Amino acid sequence: MKKKKIGVYICHCGGNISDYVDVEKVRAAIADEGIVLLSKTTMFACSDSNQRDMVEDIKANDLDGVVVASCSPKLHLQTFQNVSMRADLNKYTYVHANIREQASWAHSDDKMGATEKAIHLVRAAIAKSRYAEALESTKVKAIKKVAVIGAGIAGLKAALSLSEKDCDVILIERNSVVGGHVAEFTSLSTTTETGYQIITRLYSEVLKRGNISLLTNSEVIENKGSVGNFSLKIRKITNNDNQEIIDVNVGSVLMATGFDSYTPGEGEYGYKSLENVITLVDFKKMIDSQNGKLVYNGKQIRDIVYIYCVGSRQSDGGNTYCSRNCCTSTIHASIIARHKFSDINNYHFNRGIRTYGKQEILYAESLGSGDIYLQFNEDSIPEISVNGDKAIVKINDILSANREVEVEADLVVLVGGMVPRADNSVGSLFKLPKGRDRFYNEVHMKLRPVETAIDGITIAGACQGPKNITESVNSALAAATKSYSILSKGELETSPLIAVIEEDKCSWCGACQEACPFDAIHMEEKEGRTIAQINNTVCKGCGMCAPVCKPDAINLIAYSSSEIMSMIDALA
Amino acid sequence: MGELNKKSAKILVFSTEKISDPAIDMAGLLKLHYPPTVYTISLPCSSGIKPSWILHAFERGFDGVFIAADGSDCIYGESCTEKTGHIVANTHNQMKEKEIDPARLRMAAMCSVCSESFVKQMRSFNEYLLKTREA
Repeated sequence: MKKKKIGVYICHCGGNISDYVDVEKVRAAIADEGIVLLSKTTMFACSDSNQRDMVEDIKANDLDGVVVASCSPKLHLQTFQNVSMRADLNKYTYVHANIREQASWAHSDDKMGATEKAIHLVRAAIAKSRYAEALESTKVKAIKKVAVIGAGIAGLKAALSLSEKDCDVILIERNSVVGGHVAEFTSLSTTTETGYQIITRLYSEVLKRGNISLLTNSEVIENKGSVGNFSLKIRKITNNDNQEIIDVNVGSVLMATGFDSYTPGEGEYGYKSLENVITLVDFKKMIDSQNGKLVYNGKQIRDIVYIYCVGSRQSDGGNTYCSRNCCTSTIHASIIARHKFSDINNYHFNRGIRTYGKQEILYAESLGSGDIYLQFNEDSIPEISVNGDKAIVKINDILSANREVEVEADLVVLVGGMVPRADNSVGSLFKLPKGRDRFYNEVHMKLRPVETAIDGITIAGACQGPKNITESVNSALAAATKSYSILSKGELETSPLIAVIEEDKCSWCGACQEACPFDAIHMEEKEGRTIAQINNTVCKGCGMCAPVCKPDAINLIAYSSSEIMSMIDALA
Repeated sequence: MGELNKKSAKILVFSTEKISDPAIDMAGLLKLHYPPTVYTISLPCSSGIKPSWILHAFERGFDGVFIAADGSDCIYGESCTEKTGHIVANTHNQMKEKEIDPARLRMAAMCSVCSESFVKQMRSFNEYLLKTREA
């Protein structure tokens, strides 16, 4: 067999790596490793120019494989597998080393340690590369049907978009009606249409589509299978509280389960303990349902204090993130209040206004009509006390050198943000990873913004994090296209990284069959012997069968004992 | 590695691509530091780790082996926790036979956002291993 030749590329990541790891030292340390024919450092391995250079290097030197030492494989494993393919190599000959998240950044306090670690990590990748062979995928049928979970604005738009692509859709909604939060919004900025009208328009369109099945009062209660063929069990509550179980098979799942509104804790800014303190959600309902005079608890409301960032942007506990839409939503509500009712004075106690993009128009309008904006810090929050039927709200305004300002308010509106759904059972069912904010997490914020770590499952709308309607619809259309693109060919390539049995060593004991969670192993008579056989299209490559095999007859492709032990040798 | 070895123990971490790797990556992103002699080998699932790999790591001079297990978050099924537990128990027995301190193999479930927990585990495991090395 001819000796393997590989190329190794060490990335600076524009300084993210090379500020802490001496990349030239790493290159020099591995340059003479047995199979390394060429080794280079590069400013950005993922740049177009470097990718082109790699293709040329592979072709010119007749390389058998490539190792790139750069960021996490989550970001660029696919990128460099694609580079390999463009150079006519099989993508499984590519091996990745993570020297950014697991070396330069993790050990930015210890440059020598980070460099030593990077050298070892690259050596381990080279060791793995010795075993990395060309592998062929098996093709399986992909069901051209998508389950959209949640029929709020994101779910409705995603379902319609998939329907237009000639893809069957099953739209599953837990409530008895569609529309989620948006259906409750009676007025929206930059449009005269109400939330309810928009939802009604989308809903009637959904009903016209022959390829969308809408299930209301329904929840997914079981999930089996994987990308291309998820088997879902759906529980539908029918009339008289009877339930019906529906089995459905889909190729992809699009999650659009939305958000919950933040509810302040009891006593937080006097919530529930002071009678003039309400939430923005309640305030919006109040201004929508009244005309002429704005009245609360039988008293006319004139002076309104809005306290922003309640339960948001907290450095300790709670929610550290900004909910993005609450500034705009509050200003919009305050403008409506001023227009609709007489003698309204709005006081916005904020922590910096974030009406980004076109939403700035609302802020300008609010300022122009005389609303007062005062700003506080997280460590000096407004205090509320009661004086008769008024709430006295005190703030140290940081925009006027911490001057103490008091407002005698008829009503205090607490502006809370968006929080993840309290009931996450459907997310747990699909094992969807969550981010630090506890919303569902995408693979990469910029490069793969609607895909999740679970193949075939995409996310849309505010279940991924706070979003306004425009942003929710954008992500819904992106997720619909992504889900469709997975299934559009009608077949999928299954990963060839599955378990293999060394038949000579196997004498069938059944332990592997018992360990396999996918029923991918069966007993077979072969040449007079009873041995275990693996069904290649069913095996998911988890490797659970390997450690239970007493004669050590099972290995996982790309994770075989020889590969892992050679990596351990390289790291030792 | 001579100098480094004095202040930090050499730890091999078996992590998983979908669950604990993101947590370990995020620890880096957040610049939460842990000893640079912690090395990670990622696998699809923690219940696919062979005891022979762990023993091999000890033979090759690793002070400790840590399994960043999928726990109940495992994408391959709920049996993962129990199966990884069996692997650890089985390896502990083999370690005792070879007179290797079983405490040099640790396991903890690591979710995809358990970065702080991972770093805490690495620091305390490092301290334990350095202490026993001195003893």
